[in-house]
Amino acid sequence: MSAVLEVKDLQIGFGGVKAVDGLSFSVHEKEIIAVIGPNGAGKTSAFNCITGFYKPTSGSVLLKGQSITGKRPADIAAAGVTRTFQNLRLFPDLTVLDNVRAGMHLYGGQSWFDAILHTPRFRRSEAAYSDEAHHWLDFVGYTGPRGVPIRNLSYGQQKQVEIARALARKADLLLLDEPAAGLNFNEKQRLLTLCRSIRELGTAIVLIEHDMGLVMELSERIVVMNFGKEIADGTPAEVKANPAVIEAYLGKDDEEVPSHGDA
Amino acid sequence: MSVSVDSKRNRQRSNRVGSALSRLLESPKLGWVALVIALLIPFIIATPYSLNVMTTAAIFVLLASGLNIVVGYCGLLDLGYIAFMAVGAYTAGIVAKSFQLPLLFTIPAVIVMTILAGLIIGAPTLRLRSDYLAIVTLGFGEITRITANNLAITGGPSGIFGIPGLLEIGGIDLQQPVVFYYVTVLVVALFVLFAARLGKSRLGRAWRFVREDEDAAEAMGIHTYKVKLMAYIFGAIWGGFGGILFAAHLTAVSPQSFVFLQSALVLMAVVLGGMGNMRGVVIGALVISLLPELLRDLSDYRYLAFGILLVVVMVFRPQGFWPARGFEPERPAPNEAATASEPAPPKEAIR
Repeated sequence: MSAVLEVKDLQIGFGGVKAVDGLSFSVHEKEIIAVIGPNGAGKTSAFNCITGFYKPTSGSVLLKGQSITGKRPADIAAAGVTRTFQNLRLFPDLTVLDNVRAGMHLYGGQSWFDAILHTPRFRRSEAAYSDEAHHWLDFVGYTGPRGVPIRNLSYGQQKQVEIARALARKADLLLLDEPAAGLNFNEKQRLLTLCRSIRELGTAIVLIEHDMGLVMELSERIVVMNFGKEIADGTPAEVKANPAVIEAYLGKDDEEVPSHGDA
Repeated sequence: MSVSVDSKRNRQRSNRVGSALSRLLESPKLGWVALVIALLIPFIIATPYSLNVMTTAAIFVLLASGLNIVVGYCGLLDLGYIAFMAVGAYTAGIVAKSFQLPLLFTIPAVIVMTILAGLIIGAPTLRLRSDYLAIVTLGFGEITRITANNLAITGGPSGIFGIPGLLEIGGIDLQQPVVFYYVTVLVVALFVLFAARLGKSRLGRAWRFVREDEDAAEAMGIHTYKVKLMAYIFGAIWGGFGGILFAAHLTAVSPQSFVFLQSALVLMAVVLGGMGNMRGVVIGALVISLLPELLRDLSDYRYLAFGILLVVVMVFRPQGFWPARGFEPERPAPNEAATASEPAPPKEAIR
């Protein structure tokens, strides 16, 4: 089975600080992998290296066997990686539907010339864009208004739309940066179901998450980082039992593992 | 109890009036109404002076709609936009004069030159972000003017004069003030329509994504640099056509027409009208170009009054007369179609 994503010995430093220091892991088709670690462990930096927002100092990132190391974000997105951001990065003044349409930019289907003349091609493709946008909003279970600027919506709704936007890209790999942060218990349950149905689409998921309950329940494998270094990689049970992980991240006692309810 | 019901009913009624008005304002027919008004005005007032003022205003609308692509849609602050008009006007003037061609036939040359100009400024500068881009475009605007002022081919400070007319067909001279006004209005209407359509397309959305959040746009696979360059080139072409009309209108081109103040005025039209909303921008352009003429009775004080009015507008409508509203019809998803006939409560909750 070939890997969707292979990260080999990824390193990036800012000045003297090594934010990511030798991270290696791979993601296979339909897998859900969690990257965990204390704040500042380098998780988001690793995401930014994979998606091209940072250029790694060394190491390589392979997508379906092709190197995407150091390419620009748009090219990596075109190659088949899509992501959400730790702090929502939506287009605040645009409508919910337009935000989702952003994920469809690569579908093409019309040129500027079609747009100026409103050719049948243009009408068809606009109708398809709208249908598709509604489809993904339905898919993530979004029930709020769709024709209003997204800044008017609640945080939970904005998070849903951000995932819908990423899914509209129809990528092979979805990177979720703290998808459960700020969500309540019910919303987290829905996120769990959503991640599983995303996997059914054939999309592999890598998520950064602090909610241990969610991580343990959802992920097949967990990569643990601390101070930029990878300290463990294994199944939830293995990671839970790993003394290095317990010491660095989960605390000394198993009972201190945060459960579902708290963030 | 009854009071609250009453007030609710009142609110509904005022909502209905409001939505009727907003439906009218959002209606695609509004453009036709504006066009018909523009075409009828010469029947009401057709003095050479008024025709001159209205033609100038129409050309100004074209410039503002072009700058709206760059500043309004894509969010790239351009302080030297008039340079593209200069490139268009000089290219048209030089080509028409040296080959004794009607101006109409200079269009291909103008398009090529303005695209080149867009690429020359855009390619190196669009990697910069906001403030830096503004400074560089300001510099480019001045460089263009100073170059025109010093080259022999552009006629130096006195510029080019005696530029041939647009075209003469079957005894109808397009240069006649009334005819030229109509030609200008039709060309400008077409370009405003094209710009508005671009704004509502895949490319137009990409421009807005770039304006709102460049990184997020990039993460969605949008090549932000290419998209920005496209905005710049479209803006340049619009400016170039403004230049052709300008050259045809005055039959002369000189560097004094392309000073920084002109760039600032076009930008002001876009900001005042409502960045990103083509309808607002057209109104902004008409206000900026017509108001100083309407205030002529105040003689020396007219620019003072003009300035005060602008400040007042910006205080009370900081987003411009008619800002771009991010709303679109709330077409329900198929599985919700059953409840579609009921008024949607979430919408009201939002307001």
